[in-house]
Amino acid sequence: MAGTQYRGSEITDVDQFLKDADGLGSEREKEIGQHIGYRYDVNLVPDYDRITPYLQKYMEVMGWDDLNWLEDVHMGYEEGAPAVFDRNNNGWIRVPDTLDLPDNQQDRDMIARELLLKFQMSDRHPLVALRKAYMKF
Amino acid sequence: MAGVTDEELKQMTQEERVTALGMRTEQLTGKSLYVEFDPDAEERFTYPWAPDVDFNKRTELDTDKMTTTEVNSRIRELMREGYGTIVLQNPRGKHSLGVGILSKLNLIIEGSTGYFGVGLIDGPNVRITGRVGWSCAENMMAGTVVIEKNAGSTFGAAMRGGDLVCKGSVGSRTGIDQKGGTIIVGGDTGALSGFMMQRGRMVVCGNAGKNLGDSMYDGTIYVGGEIRSLGVDAVTAELTDLDKKWLKRKLTQYGLMPEKGVDHFTKVVAGKQLWNYDNLEPTEKKLIL
Repeated sequence: MAGTQYRGSEITDVDQFLKDADGLGSEREKEIGQHIGYRYDVNLVPDYDRITPYLQKYMEVMGWDDLNWLEDVHMGYEEGAPAVFDRNNNGWIRVPDTLDLPDNQQDRDMIARELLLKFQMSDRHPLVALRKAYMKF
Repeated sequence: MAGVTDEELKQMTQEERVTALGMRTEQLTGKSLYVEFDPDAEERFTYPWAPDVDFNKRTELDTDKMTTTEVNSRIRELMREGYGTIVLQNPRGKHSLGVGILSKLNLIIEGSTGYFGVGLIDGPNVRITGRVGWSCAENMMAGTVVIEKNAGSTFGAAMRGGDLVCKGSVGSRTGIDQKGGTIIVGGDTGALSGFMMQRGRMVVCGNAGKNLGDSMYDGTIYVGGEIRSLGVDAVTAELTDLDKKWLKRKLTQYGLMPEKGVDHFTKVVAGKQLWNYDNLEPTEKKLIL
C-alpha cells in the first residue's frame, strides 16, 4: 500500500531485516543487488499507550506534552543488526545484542528513543568533542 | 580527547583543537560508525553543555532599540544566568529573532517577527503572539513553536523535528524539504505545500492549495478541508485508527481539535513512483532525457 511500503520488497514481519540482512525481495532489488528504501516504516506514528517512564519524565523536564522530536525516531536494521539512526552523528548506532527486542515495532521504537536520548545526552557523544573543536559562541 | 584540558583547548587555534581531539584520524567510510549504545548509561535529560535554566525564573526584555544580534546574544546571557522563561517585548518584525537556541527554554515573543524567526532551534518552547515572516523555524530540530496569527511562505522549511504550529493560515511552500517533525496549520495553506517532503507529518485543518505534496519522497500530510490539487506522485491513503488517535492527541494539545473530529481528514502520502529509481532502466532514462 502506498505510503507504508516501498517499491522494493514489502515489510511483512518485524524481524524481516534481522533474518534477511540483504532484504532483496522484489525482482528489481535482486537485479540491482540492494534493498530499495528504508528497512522500517518511517511514517509510523507513536502509540502513546506504550510510552516508558523515562520518556515520560523527559517530556516533563522539557515542558512537552508529547515525544516531540523523538516521534521521528524508530528502531532500524543495519547489516542484520538492530540500530538507531542518530541525526546528530549522521550514522547508525548499534543496539547491543544483549538487549532483548520486543515482538512489535512500537515497543522497539520506544527502546530506540530511550537509547538514543541517553546517548545524545552523554559525554561520550561525538557532538561533545565537535562543539569543543568548532563552537564559535 | 583524554589528556587535553578545556583550558588547553581554549588556548589553541581551531585547527589545533581539531587535531588534538583526534578528528584527523577518523576513517569516514560512509557506513556504520560501529558505535554501540550503553544500555546502562545515566538517565539525563539535557545536553552536557546546556545551561541549567529554571522555567519559573522569568524575565522580560524590551527589544525596541536593540539589534537582532544584541537580542540573540542577550537571550544566551540570560540562559547562562538561569532564566528559563524569557519574554521579548516590541520585536517590531525583526528578522532572525531567537535563532540557534539549543536547549530548553520558554521564549515568549509579544508581537510579530520578520524572516527566519526561531530557526535552527533544538529544544525551546516558543510562543509568538503575532504574525511571522518567511521561513519561520527553518531547520528546526526539536521543541515547540506556536504562532497565534498567520505565517508567511516556506513555513518550517527543511524542518527536522519538533512541533511547529500556526493557528492562522500560512503562505505557499509550507514544509518544503521537510525532513521530520510535525507542522500544524489551523487555517489554510498555500500552493506547493509539502514540496519534496522527505519525512515527518503535516496537518492542515483548513484547505490546501494546488500541488500539495508535489514530488514528496516520504512523510504524511493530513488535510481537514479541501485539496485544490495533488502534486506529482502524491496520492491519498487510508486513515488508520493509529492516525486518528495521533491526530486527536496532537490537535487537542494545541487547541485546534475540530468540532466534527478527525474522521474527515484526508491522508496524503508519496506514491513512490517518482523518486524510487526502480521503474526505468538507465538506458530507458537516457532515451527519455
